[in-house]
Amino acid sequence: MSDPMRIRAQATGGKATVRVLMSHEMESGQRKDAAGKTVPAWFIQEVTATLNGKQVLSAEWGPAVAKNPFMQFNIKSAKAGDKVAVTWKDNKGETRTDEATVS
Amino acid sequence: MKTVFPLSIAAAMALALTPAMAQKTASQGIDEYRAMLADGNPAELFEAKGEDLWKKARGPKNASLEKCDLGKGPGVVKGVFVELPRFFADTQRVQDLESRLASCMEMLQGFNAAEIAKTPFGRGEMANVTSLATWVSAESKGLKFNLSQSHTQEKTFYEVGKRLFFQRGGTHDFSCASCHGEEGKRIRLQDLPILTKSPGDGLGFAAWPAYRVSNGQMWSMQLRLNDCYRQQRFPYPGFGSDATIALSTYLGVNAKGAASIAPAIKR
Repeated sequence: MSDPMRIRAQATGGKATVRVLMSHEMESGQRKDAAGKTVPAWFIQEVTATLNGKQVLSAEWGPAVAKNPFMQFNIKSAKAGDKVAVTWKDNKGETRTDEATVS
Repeated sequence: MKTVFPLSIAAAMALALTPAMAQKTASQGIDEYRAMLADGNPAELFEAKGEDLWKKARGPKNASLEKCDLGKGPGVVKGVFVELPRFFADTQRVQDLESRLASCMEMLQGFNAAEIAKTPFGRGEMANVTSLATWVSAESKGLKFNLSQSHTQEKTFYEVGKRLFFQRGGTHDFSCASCHGEEGKRIRLQDLPILTKSPGDGLGFAAWPAYRVSNGQMWSMQLRLNDCYRQQRFPYPGFGSDATIALSTYLGVNAKGAASIAPAIKR
């Protein structure tokens, strides 16, 4: 079971700034362990964000994204009280969704 | 000579102008980079984990840590970080945050503290101690360091810590003081705080636990001290050993008045 994301969403001047911190190893598949064996790739492939259930962002990520990634984006016309949900899916098929309320 | 002269003046002028063109210095550039990173400090993930671990019933006794006394009474978390290490009557010794957390895990939850101390950093229950320490430190963000020196043991630990700080050794024959005993020193691009007095808000002892961007790990003060000893080419000191706590006491007492920014973010 993966750890929860930290999502902060703040409305300012007709838009909401969303900051997301995800807890993920983001293993590139290029590293070798102490025994010399390649550490298998394990990274987030798909990221989507919704505002009140409607999709506002979708992104394809690769193994070059850092461990515990941070993502920031703006949503036009989002206002306080709106619900922002972020979902990621990794290459092992594991997925996680967390929700926050715009403040 | 006459033809060369104007050229050299032009060159001299160009050189003189360069610093005036508002060029960023290397350290300003690094500060900007750090400010950008600080906005999404992954230490927050460890904070959330630590808070969860504090409240969750775990271990052989299936109890939470909510009755743990970190120095200000059972269950009090806010403000304890800036007063540790301190003497604890129940264990009859001076303890830092991490060794105290391990004691609480033994007393309240039934874990084996000696077993935890032997676990490598980042693994098993040791990783949990680090997460807990991250959360506890975050609850004192912005508060000023003010360690007690009223108990004789606390004074002894300070004196021992001071000696360890100046003790030279290892294949490179240097001490903590070799790097942290003078103003304005740095290793590569990292400015080194002076630790024989208060280095100022959020520097030195007031910055750990911290998230290390370069290896994606959460580093506690115990691990930070381990790394200092590694660089000295000493063997690793034991987790929560008297030596590491004595050094922490020395650094903590010296940091008096400095505001804590822990958990910080480092290169």
